[in-house]
Amino acid sequence: MTGIEVPLYRLAHARSGDKGNRSNIALICRDRVFYPAIAAQMTAERVAQHFAARRPSLVIRYDLPKLAAFNFVLDDVLEGGVNASLGLDGHGKALSFFLLTATVTVDADLLAPSSAASADLLARE
Amino acid sequence: MEPLVRIGCGAGFAGDRADASAAIIAELARCSGPRFLMLETLAERTLALCQLERRRDPSRGYSPALERLLPHALGPCLANGIRIIGNFGGANPSAAGARVAELARNAGFPDARIAVIEGDDLSEAFSGGELRAREVGGAVLAGAPAVIAANVYLGAQPIAQALDAGADIVITGRVADPALVLAPLVHALGWDWSDWQRLAAGTLAGHLLECGAQVTGGYFADPGVKDVPGLAEIGYPIAEVASDGSFVVTKPRGTGGTVDRRTVTEQILYEVHDPCVYLTPDVTLDIGAVELADAGRDRVRVSGARGHRRPDTLKATIFVERGVLGEAEISYAGPNARARAKLAADVVTTRMRQRAPELAVRVDAIGLDSTFAALAGDRSLAACSPPEVRLRFAAQSAERAGVELLLDEVEALYCAGPAGGCGVRRQLTPRLASASCLVERERITPRVTFVGAAA
Repeated sequence: MTGIEVPLYRLAHARSGDKGNRSNIALICRDRVFYPAIAAQMTAERVAQHFAARRPSLVIRYDLPKLAAFNFVLDDVLEGGVNASLGLDGHGKALSFFLLTATVTVDADLLAPSSAASADLLARE
Repeated sequence: MEPLVRIGCGAGFAGDRADASAAIIAELARCSGPRFLMLETLAERTLALCQLERRRDPSRGYSPALERLLPHALGPCLANGIRIIGNFGGANPSAAGARVAELARNAGFPDARIAVIEGDDLSEAFSGGELRAREVGGAVLAGAPAVIAANVYLGAQPIAQALDAGADIVITGRVADPALVLAPLVHALGWDWSDWQRLAAGTLAGHLLECGAQVTGGYFADPGVKDVPGLAEIGYPIAEVASDGSFVVTKPRGTGGTVDRRTVTEQILYEVHDPCVYLTPDVTLDIGAVELADAGRDRVRVSGARGHRRPDTLKATIFVERGVLGEAEISYAGPNARARAKLAADVVTTRMRQRAPELAVRVDAIGLDSTFAALAGDRSLAACSPPEVRLRFAAQSAERAGVELLLDEVEALYCAGPAGGCGVRRQLTPRLASASCLVERERITPRVTFVGAAA
């Protein structure tokens, strides 16, 4: 097996939501086969590091294997939240796409064109 | 076999599309069995703004969405036996009830039965001190700021009670959003209020519907990666719920959008923290074991929601005044745009430091670093040469004068700043801060009344 480093964006999609100064980001595997690699590498610690500039006070990861998804909850990363932030994105709506800029290493075989969808994926970028 | 209960969601927020419900109503009109249209129009801040409006005019203060969404939906729903449930009552459900009665008369349905749910407004029953003592996760209420709105999230029971009593339209103020879906299910399927598994399933259906098109391909499209056909004419969601609580999420035929496991998964986790403990007034929902299955084109079957006893306390959101937010923008384009924008930012921040030193001023370069801000450190203004730069200045304060000065300073760049500044826009918005409180269930008494009934 050969490991290949790719942006998370090529393996998963994401949506973020907010409550006060807390953000949650749902990270969903594009294909179930990516779940173990993402589970091993996108730990809560790793995500806290990725968002270090926003100084999260706590990051928790919840695993949803049946949905091939993870839910990350990041505390105190919204610059006070939608009622207090001076930024344009007080909801942190775009943080989902920032999470997808992290890189992970996957088995190159998993990225092999086993399906039309993943072939399509590889053709991009 | 019992008929399925069908519930469509025609709006996921106050600014949602006025024409979204037409396709849902047409689809529901082709079906038999119990059918409902749900409209969610009351974000937290929307309700605070409704309270402010009610103060200005006691006959107003319902959601502005009522006037946009109801007039054309009302007649077709009443004509087809589709019952409407919506939280467009805002801060004044009884005024909304009177207005809807008027709209129903105009649509040719003078006998429409319109129910109003009240009891969510805590501002009379709870003193400022009592609210302060119940604040959780912060200290916004410390120092006794002026309370604008104090509303508790009611559950599905009063809505179901109104439906049991024959309401064609149920108008609420603040209720938990999923309750707008759970209530008609309990009413139509005769579920028990301690049947946590079914209540959980109905709450999950409500959670998936409450943001409208966010489950049918809205807020999902990423061209070339997650393509969504017909996004401009996206269909809003319909849930088909069986008596055991299992349900299918779909959308009206002939509409754009897409319903698949990906769109449903994104919405299942939307604004969820611990997936095993999603607290609502009616049940504690556990989505940790939920499973999705394809059930045909644009049809996803959802099962596996688990429920636990409802919490003993209810959540309330309190809004207080917190000064103003000022924002002003200006653009620089063409050769050396980066340096001219940088100079403009320096001019404004220098002058503000001298004239309002206590005011924190934020400067963003839109398109470069405004959204991820410090997260993407390599994309700052200093590091690239863009064809144009739009600068954004922002500040907030309880003192209006300093914030207005910032807006004036940005505007003054026109004549006194670097060359070629253009397109200044400025705005001042009232700032509201919110606090969460937990209140005892027994202190809350929801009321159901019918418009026109003797008090």
